[in-house]
Amino acid sequence: MTAESLFSIRNLSVEYHTRGGDVRAVDDVSFEIRRGEILGLVGESACGKSTLGKGLMRLHRVPARITGGTLLFDGRDLMSLDEDEMRMVRGGEIGMVFQDPMTSLNPVQRIIEHLTETILAHEPDTSEEQAKKRADELAEKLGIRAERLKEYPHQMSGGMRQRVMISLALALRAKLVIADEPTTSLDVIVEAKFLDLLRELRQEFGLTILLITHNIGVVAEVSDRVAVMYAARLVEIGDVRSIFADPKHPYTRGLLRSVPNIELNDAELYKMEGAPPSLLHPPTGCRFHPRCPSVMSICKDSNPPMSNVGADQQAACWLYINNPQLAEVKHD
Amino acid sequence: MIDEVRIPSATQTTNAIKNLVRLENITKHFPVQSGFIAVLLSKGKVPAVRAVDDISFTIRKGEVFGLAGESGSGKSTVGRLVLRLLEPTSGQVFFDDIDLNSLETEEMRRMRARMQLVFQDPLASLNPRMTIGQAILHPVTIHMSNLPKNEQRQRVLDILTSVGMNPPESFYELFPHQISGGQRQRIVLARALVTNPELIVADEPIAMADVSVRALLLDLMMKLKKEFDLTYLFITHDLATAKYVCNRIAIMYLGKMCELGPVRDVYEKAAHPYTRALLQAVPVPDPLHRRKEPMPAGEIPSAINPPSGCRFHPRCPIAIDKCSQEIPPLLEVSPGHLAACWLAE
Repeated sequence: MTAESLFSIRNLSVEYHTRGGDVRAVDDVSFEIRRGEILGLVGESACGKSTLGKGLMRLHRVPARITGGTLLFDGRDLMSLDEDEMRMVRGGEIGMVFQDPMTSLNPVQRIIEHLTETILAHEPDTSEEQAKKRADELAEKLGIRAERLKEYPHQMSGGMRQRVMISLALALRAKLVIADEPTTSLDVIVEAKFLDLLRELRQEFGLTILLITHNIGVVAEVSDRVAVMYAARLVEIGDVRSIFADPKHPYTRGLLRSVPNIELNDAELYKMEGAPPSLLHPPTGCRFHPRCPSVMSICKDSNPPMSNVGADQQAACWLYINNPQLAEVKHD
Repeated sequence: MIDEVRIPSATQTTNAIKNLVRLENITKHFPVQSGFIAVLLSKGKVPAVRAVDDISFTIRKGEVFGLAGESGSGKSTVGRLVLRLLEPTSGQVFFDDIDLNSLETEEMRRMRARMQLVFQDPLASLNPRMTIGQAILHPVTIHMSNLPKNEQRQRVLDILTSVGMNPPESFYELFPHQISGGQRQRIVLARALVTNPELIVADEPIAMADVSVRALLLDLMMKLKKEFDLTYLFITHDLATAKYVCNRIAIMYLGKMCELGPVRDVYEKAAHPYTRALLQAVPVPDPLHRRKEPMPAGEIPSAINPPSGCRFHPRCPIAIDKCSQEIPPLLEVSPGHLAACWLAE
């Protein structure tokens, strides 16, 4: 693995304090985001993928808090920064795009004002004219006509608003964009165009993108690598082609098989039994064991660590770990 | 006259293909609210959103009829028109050869026992202060009030079992927030089925569910269809899912139907350029797959002033002069497969 790491996440845990007890929504997650890649982070609702995305920017407020881990971004430990320094990183070096762009944009501010204000806030030395010029250029590259910049967010369509969000990130020359379900509120044709745009931007600006989504098809279309989360933990990560061709973790296998595919003529969809567990009382050992078709007794007792299962593919599953216990288990 | 409680086998006399629902030249315009002065200046001509414009189709008994399109295509409005939850601006809706608009309020209320609606968000469809049992019992007390109390309760328990909520007694007293999203959608289905309807209008019924839960819900819907001899109008934006459940599918764009036919024909031999674009745009879960055709330019125009002629013509890659002048009729391109395009063969 020669690709350079831009963001190294080590043992990150995030907890929510609730009346029912503390919920660990991200549990000891470690992975790398490589420079220039699109990393897809997939998982079902409440698996902790959005909490993880916010955790990377230390965006959590009470009742959530980061309870452990290091966040090494471009050579700096984000956990050691104070709130002012962190604010310059957010929106500056790390851009954000959320699912609903309407709630991310100020309804009573014209798009151009929003863009220039953001540039000026992060780079006070820039003159207002320069900032405006930069905003104009960017908008053109993103397919937003100059006259539309004078509009208010409600006058734009969902796809256009999402382009504005991306232009905000690019205006500050972000090194990383964290996009949390950016296409979920968009129609398929608009979504397809937005994904094309993401790919182009990666080429042109050398942008690194963490794409958080529940849509497996979207991940397959644009990602270089994919990370799969289940019940607050990372279960598999690796090269997108390897994982789609040969998923190793039983959860990844089930997940990929239950995605409807418009191209194939399968008569039936795979049906995974059960439902994801409550994070208030997660299962012991491997959290997927109650639903796993290849469960062994060791799976109930201890959590499997990540291990190499391919050239650029790791999975957290006892099936792939040479464990002395494993031989015994198989005899049972 | 409709019976208070429908006996399922009574109406099924023939096995021949029978139309359960027939829409004839249905149009629905929603007036746009505007200011007092604007109304004066417009001299009584109030602008309207042309949500559904002159649509005709039939839903056959026992089929799953898919209605697909992007946001604002009018697909949900059609669903509500079928149930007469909205009054059409013009045109007629026939259910079992009865013109719904000719029915009085009371007759229509009874008719509703035969047709039910399932929405996208099950949490929003369930009263948070009603237990699951009460929620399902409610339609029974309205439509089957002549049944004794204990039989009414038994009906609820039976339907809970049918939708896979076992044992039913343990769910009866629970509130919607105490169960998972997938289970809630099962409850909504149970409530829809408890009056023994013939038609279920399912408006994006699984759009909120997770992938692993989706397959189970679709499977359940198909099982229930067999068990209760149902007909579905399946409204969706997700063509990949529609492929697995629908027999026939209709594609809508800006209030117009652009294509209709058996699922296989529409997916493999799409005759309308919009259908082709829509099918191309669906993300395929295969990293080696790449889209072949470019996406149509621009965005969906406003339904207040839709484009003249074919509504897709400003974005269509193959449009000719005629497309901007004349509205293409929905014509057969092969048996049972219709398209509204001047260039369709």
